[in-house]
Amino acid sequence: MTASTQSVAVSKSSKRRLPKDWKSKVVQYATNLILVIFFIFPLVFMIMASFKPNDQIFADLRSLRAFLPVGDLSLTNYQAVFAKSKFPRFLFNSLFISVTTILLSLIVNSMLAYALSRLKWAGQKLVLAIIIATLIIPGETVIMPLLLLVSKLPGLSLTEGITTGWLNTYHVQIIPFIVSAFSIFLFYQFFRDIPKELDEAALVDGASRFQIYYKIILPNSGPVIATVTILTFIGAWNSFLWPTMVIQSEELRPVMVGMQYFFQQDTEWGEVMAYAAMITIPVLLVFLLFQRSFVQSIASSGIKG
Amino acid sequence: MRHRLFSLIALMLIASVLLAACGGAAEPTAAPAAVEPTAAPEAVAEPTAAPAPAASGSMTKLGLWTHSAGNEGEMEVITKMADDFNASQDQFEVVIEAFPQASYNDSVAAASVAGSLPCIIDLDQPTVPNFAWSGYVQELPVPADMLAGINTGGVGLYNDKVYSMGQFDVALLNYARKSVLEKYDIRIPTLDEPWTLDEFNTILKTLKDSGEFDYAMDVNAEWTGEWWPYAYSPMLQSFGGDLIDRATFTTAEGVLNGPEAQAWGEWFQGLFADGYVNPAPADDQCFLQGHCALWYTGSWSANDVVAALGDDALFLPAVDFGNGPKIGGGSWQWGISTACENPDGAWQFIESVMKPENVALMSNTTGLVPTTAAGAALTEKYAEGGPYQIFYDMSNRYTVMRPPTPGYLRLSSEFEQAAIKIRDGNNVQDTLDDAVDAINQDIQDNNNYGF
Repeated sequence: MTASTQSVAVSKSSKRRLPKDWKSKVVQYATNLILVIFFIFPLVFMIMASFKPNDQIFADLRSLRAFLPVGDLSLTNYQAVFAKSKFPRFLFNSLFISVTTILLSLIVNSMLAYALSRLKWAGQKLVLAIIIATLIIPGETVIMPLLLLVSKLPGLSLTEGITTGWLNTYHVQIIPFIVSAFSIFLFYQFFRDIPKELDEAALVDGASRFQIYYKIILPNSGPVIATVTILTFIGAWNSFLWPTMVIQSEELRPVMVGMQYFFQQDTEWGEVMAYAAMITIPVLLVFLLFQRSFVQSIASSGIKG
Repeated sequence: MRHRLFSLIALMLIASVLLAACGGAAEPTAAPAAVEPTAAPEAVAEPTAAPAPAASGSMTKLGLWTHSAGNEGEMEVITKMADDFNASQDQFEVVIEAFPQASYNDSVAAASVAGSLPCIIDLDQPTVPNFAWSGYVQELPVPADMLAGINTGGVGLYNDKVYSMGQFDVALLNYARKSVLEKYDIRIPTLDEPWTLDEFNTILKTLKDSGEFDYAMDVNAEWTGEWWPYAYSPMLQSFGGDLIDRATFTTAEGVLNGPEAQAWGEWFQGLFADGYVNPAPADDQCFLQGHCALWYTGSWSANDVVAALGDDALFLPAVDFGNGPKIGGGSWQWGISTACENPDGAWQFIESVMKPENVALMSNTTGLVPTTAAGAALTEKYAEGGPYQIFYDMSNRYTVMRPPTPGYLRLSSEFEQAAIKIRDGNNVQDTLDDAVDAINQDIQDNNNYGF
């Protein structure tokens, strides 16, 4: 009984005592807090400003009011976004282009990486070296030759039949970005670490190479699929220069080009912020969703067990 | 589960192929590739009575690109002008494709390379000589009497030939508060008697020493790009210098780095070094919020100034630094691409938009300065006695066009870099000499740009 009481007393006493590393914890949490503020304040400003008129945005800039929902708040800027641009159309275009690019990119790049990492064939290392070498070439350096190329390629239109040139189409915004050296490299690195024994066991069971690819390799590649999905999505969603050059019809413009509608001689920054908020919030949601999948993929993956 | 996943992917792929096939060119643009020789259009007949429009199928479509997407006022006017033109036609139909201004030049440049420019394009006036030199736009058959009625800022030239015409321009000026000038006993300048250099220097000192303002003047030094040559090279020209020797267009030696340019550079540097002007303002609200006494910017801010100050607002002409007040000129103008298969139809459209009533309509809707006297007379604000008449007068009297050379884009960039270096305290003469060397090298590399 006495021992038990002493034990409880000791336990309570130890609970009250600060941990030995409390100073470093305080520094760590303070640093984290500063980083959170640093990263979240621009987003808070964007959202708050999207509800304010132009003159109030500038007036609030000199105080913390810029980050607070105070003053003349309204949905006027959001209404202006829909009035001045075809925002729903731009959003659909970007979603369609992004999703299609991601799907095709996952298939094509993972297949190529599979061939490079799991199969034996002549010139394998040379092909891999060439792919890695292309990583250092900035996209902007090939954009003009690419423009000339796509403007001469034959196309197929349901209304006009065989056409010349891919300008003003969805596929000109998708096809050039399906193959990605970086994605191939990521898939290659990941596939290389998957035990070869899995392939051998499947071969003994009579599986074909393609069956091994999509029944064994892909289901065990959740993390890299999530990573490539996120990277491809960022590239496709943020695409600006290329659609500016190849898209002439308003009906085919993505959201980033659409944002330019609001940069006029007298820019209404509230409208810019409203547009930015509407194209940012879906992206943040996608990231949050994928972040969870990413962690789950790692946790449930059979590779690390 | 996996089968379902692959079925979904397959379905998406099929859908994407179908949608991509459907997503063909939504609007006819122009026949690409072959550059036709410039054809002189036939004599233009004024559309008198609007004939009954022919069936759309038999009309020849003329693609028109404009930078005005997102600008409700300009789009409204362009759409109306196109509708009116189409209604008056039994041969041509103008089809509009609007682009956002911020990325428009990139789209036009890319379409030039890809050979997909439409018949009618609007061009930022300073880029017109380059488009003409590159063979992307053709000379306009402007009758002499029509040309005589248009201000300098409404015409785009290259090698003394007209390649573009515009309905509107803007003017640079100094905004001030009447109450402030009266309080500090500062003379209100007029078009005939603008402030002189010495007078202006004294005014800046007076306003700064008053302690009432953070800065005596805001010159929008936070803006980048073409603003620098557009806004500050007229000051250089008023000092007696220039961006290039306009007699030959083949050298900047002696004009961009001569004694007059040196004087401008020293004065410009002093604006920032002496604390009269903020070298890096966070925004353009300094004057409107009362932290700056003067604001050197464009006529596009007039409505904001009037809204903020009411009757206290003053529109003051540019300063005379020794060779008369100067302001930049040239805004968005209409041109015809060399790929256009129907230049006569395109010219008919341009001729129709330059009619006084259309020039006035654009001005009344957008507030921009009309480029013709006949158009100005029909406007509410720029007509004789109108509240903004002074902008038209300044545009008419003071405009010095940016040098009409294909090399202007390089001139612009070199001048911007030089002016920024001067602002930041670098040696003026060395900086201007470096700019001249770079400009001359560029001219040499491009075989004098056709001059």
